[in-house]
Amino acid sequence: MTIKHSAALAALAVTTALGTGALAESHEMALSGELKIFSDMSNPAPRAVMEGMVERFGEMHPDLEIELTIIDREAYKTQIRNFLTANPPDVANWYAGNRMAPYVDAGLFEDVSDLWEGELSETLASTKGAMTLDGKQWGVPYTYYQWGIYYREDIYAEHGLEEPQDWEQLKSNCQTLLDNGIKCFTIGTKFLWTAAGWFDYLNMRTNGYDFHMALTAGEVEWTDDRVKQTFANWRELIDMGAFIDDHTAYSWQEALPFMVNGEAAAYLMGNFAVAPLREAGLSDEQLAYAQFPAINPDVELAEDAPTDTFHIPAGAENKEAARAFLKFVTSAENQTTINAGDALGQLPVNSQSSVDDDEFLKEGFETLSSNSPGGVAQFFDRDAPAEMAKVAMEGFQEFMVKPDNIDRILDKLERARQRIY
Amino acid sequence: MAPLPPSTAPRPAPRSWWRRNQIAITPWLFLAPGILFFAIYVLIPVGQSFNISLYDWDGLGAAEYVGLRNYEEMYWDDAFYTSLRNNVIWLVLYLLAIPAGLAIALFLNQTVTGIRIYKSLFFFPFVISQVVVGLVFSWFYDPSFGLLNVMLGWVGLGPVNVLGDEDWVTYGIIAAGLWPQTAYCMILYLTGLNAVDPEQIEAGRLDNAKGLRMLWHIILPQLRPATFIAFVVTIIGALRSFDLISIMTQGGPFGESRVLSFYMFEVALSEYGFRMGYGAAIAVVLFLIMLCFITYFLWSMYREEKGR
Repeated sequence: MTIKHSAALAALAVTTALGTGALAESHEMALSGELKIFSDMSNPAPRAVMEGMVERFGEMHPDLEIELTIIDREAYKTQIRNFLTANPPDVANWYAGNRMAPYVDAGLFEDVSDLWEGELSETLASTKGAMTLDGKQWGVPYTYYQWGIYYREDIYAEHGLEEPQDWEQLKSNCQTLLDNGIKCFTIGTKFLWTAAGWFDYLNMRTNGYDFHMALTAGEVEWTDDRVKQTFANWRELIDMGAFIDDHTAYSWQEALPFMVNGEAAAYLMGNFAVAPLREAGLSDEQLAYAQFPAINPDVELAEDAPTDTFHIPAGAENKEAARAFLKFVTSAENQTTINAGDALGQLPVNSQSSVDDDEFLKEGFETLSSNSPGGVAQFFDRDAPAEMAKVAMEGFQEFMVKPDNIDRILDKLERARQRIY
Repeated sequence: MAPLPPSTAPRPAPRSWWRRNQIAITPWLFLAPGILFFAIYVLIPVGQSFNISLYDWDGLGAAEYVGLRNYEEMYWDDAFYTSLRNNVIWLVLYLLAIPAGLAIALFLNQTVTGIRIYKSLFFFPFVISQVVVGLVFSWFYDPSFGLLNVMLGWVGLGPVNVLGDEDWVTYGIIAAGLWPQTAYCMILYLTGLNAVDPEQIEAGRLDNAKGLRMLWHIILPQLRPATFIAFVVTIIGALRSFDLISIMTQGGPFGESRVLSFYMFEVALSEYGFRMGYGAAIAVVLFLIMLCFITYFLWSMYREEKGR
């Protein structure tokens, strides 16, 4: 679907109301011509955010004709390959981390290191690493969200449990819940990636961020003893029966009712799970967020926070306007607006932005900005190459069902690693 | 009769090239559009697939020639053998649609009031989309609220997680696929039964044939054309079993329900794929398997034509 924003109409709108530094700065350049934007923000709320951004940018640059094309988020993942080569827009959405590597390697993304020079490198410092490949930056972030344990506060209170501070407490909490006929964690592994969330956290807590990054970068053998230790920790939970039964048959959404009905007490998930949980009737008194507790006290805590990004295709025609748009996207004011609870409901990347007054956003922001000294990972399927991610996530799923197969699974992953990297 | 006047007309001009060759060329002209499109959409892509299978290519950058290495990798690939094994299970079990379709067709081949409604009801699953069939069956199998487990509970059997268990999943999907396929075979046999010669049945009766003997010796031989078509469409259906797998399990759990066509898609075109060369190599293997059946079909059709 295409929405055309007529520059003339936009010019009629009031532009003086928004007087900020970022705005004044971009006013200096008179942009003209056409700016084609392809976006994957197709769900209702993100869509409104994207359209709002384009409208505000259009008001600042009345001579610029902006053409916004919004593509279904799943379809976008395969279409991007076609349009980047055949019919590149001026700006396109994508993801940070290794997910951009195929396009960077194929020379399809524009090097935007110049944008990052100076101020941006400070305000967006938390994701600079995730946007960097070969020492250059290839895009800018507009939002990210925390992962963590979302648990039923009321169920925990009922059984006299508290937010787990370490691995032992997490397990003892779990045992209490199991004794009362409640599963500790809900999960739906039908689409595999949910299991990768568990692996990310267990591995980062057992071996630390740097080891995790080395593993996803293919520098460590999957049969390494440290990897085996991660799986041994995971196995403790599996052997307890901590996870719901038959999770291979559910998607992540289908696993939500277990938590809503009180059959399971917690869910290791991204912050996007909060919205459906609230819609299902859980109040903020019933629901709480906890950072995944430490397992190995010697490693620093690190978190998963997948970042969504904007890029300029190498074949873009109006790169000047595209750079201005990227700059506009990263401005503190814009990031505050688009990540508000009534918009994306996620976290702004710009450190000068303010976080919306929402329990989970505030806690997530706190966790990521001050409680994640080890580093911030993207997510397993964005940190590892797509092919490795697929094989590994299948292995995680198999392990969760048949933990006895661990040696065979790790051998398989190791063979895949040797082939892929 | 008056003698013919001497011919004054000039000798007929030598026949044009077109006139001389008309009879030989006409069939080719009629065939030309078909051959052209068959070549563009079938023959050339087959060749291209084979060509791509010799390269390592992600669809974006430059393709690197690797010879037969994709096939060598396939030889060591567990997932490939799982898919191949599932393909064989599909081929064998999917054929159950033929006897099942025949049984329903025989049952429905009677004149009772409203029989047309019953026939259409039995045909109904073939009309609805495979996607809907897949969804209906995944709800039916759902371990927490599915009907199957409720029904198993009545006879005291424990809950089964059909689509999440690596031993059951392929059979579960095939059962879903058999539902529409049986309807298809049924309609083929119903039309076939219309053409059964009543005189032969009469003659059979006089010779005291009934029941299964009648079916085996009198009816089935006359249904041979219908059986042949049912066999062809079922084999093709089994090898094309893609949509149900995609809807019901995405090849899971841990890849145990994949078949070759789905594996090819996953490797070459899905979110985590884009190994065009390896995908093409799987496609070539799938093509060779299909070629065995296609050759058999063509050969038996050829033999039949010749026999006439």
